[in-house]
Amino acid sequence: MEISHASAISKTRAMDEIHVLAVDDNLLDRKIVERLLKNSSCKVTTAENGLRALEYLGLVGDQQTSVDGHHGVKVNLIITDYCMPGMTGYELLKKIKQSSTLKDIPVVIMSSEDVPTRIDKCLEEGAQMFMLKPLKHSDVKRLRCQLLQ
Amino acid sequence: MEVVQLQRSFLEYSSSLFQEGFLDAQFSQLQQLQDESNPQFVMEVVTLFFEDSERLLNDLTFAIEQPNVDFKNVDAHVHQLKGSSSSIGAHRVTNVCIPFRNSCEEQNIQGCLRCLTLVKQEYFLVKNKLETLFRLEQQIVAAGGVIPMVE
Repeated sequence: MEISHASAISKTRAMDEIHVLAVDDNLLDRKIVERLLKNSSCKVTTAENGLRALEYLGLVGDQQTSVDGHHGVKVNLIITDYCMPGMTGYELLKKIKQSSTLKDIPVVIMSSEDVPTRIDKCLEEGAQMFMLKPLKHSDVKRLRCQLLQ
Repeated sequence: MEVVQLQRSFLEYSSSLFQEGFLDAQFSQLQQLQDESNPQFVMEVVTLFFEDSERLLNDLTFAIEQPNVDFKNVDAHVHQLKGSSSSIGAHRVTNVCIPFRNSCEEQNIQGCLRCLTLVKQEYFLVKNKLETLFRLEQQIVAAGGVIPMVE
């Protein structure tokens, strides 16, 4: 009884407070994805590149400096652009999946290009989903449904 | 009565932009993201697009004028412009970026020059249209009306 009650509560909480880390080098796209996610009741933190994203997640170099992100707020989902200068979204995905503390955070890759080999590569590396840009409201809805299963 | 007339003009103008392909469904998505808590969202995003694009067009012009054109570099800029224009639904700009990228791949300087001219044309056209659209919105608000939602 107690266990199912607790999980029901945490499920409700999950529906209200998914904290998403959105990574994209393009300011315009960051602003749009942020609004899309916030409109779906997500808490959103944005990062302009892979390095900043990893810093926020508490992974500096290969050292985990903290278990949670800044202010001890847990990240429930990472959504990242594929094509970024420096560290690509794929490289960021790999770093996250290689980290014992971060590997269970679902990672979604976004790209404006529909390249099957790219999609396969990301999914094989453990990406939760691959989404085509520009993102729409229906994409975010679909993502939430998938995540909450 | 003036408000009604302004609203009608706004709706007609808005429809024409979609019909003529200047804007596509992605722009509607942005309009739907705007609400009382974010009343300036579309204008903010479009302003970012203007800034981004003008910077890219300047960089493109500079890159294409070089004696030894770095086509990879040109392509990278066009890729960004394609992405930004697609993010806000500036459909005709996005469409010119496609042959532009092909010209880069073929290292075809004439093709690139042609596409640069075309993309500038389309960009300034859509910029002009969007500025007109925003002006119509401001007139409605100034006359005490509400901006109608485009179906």
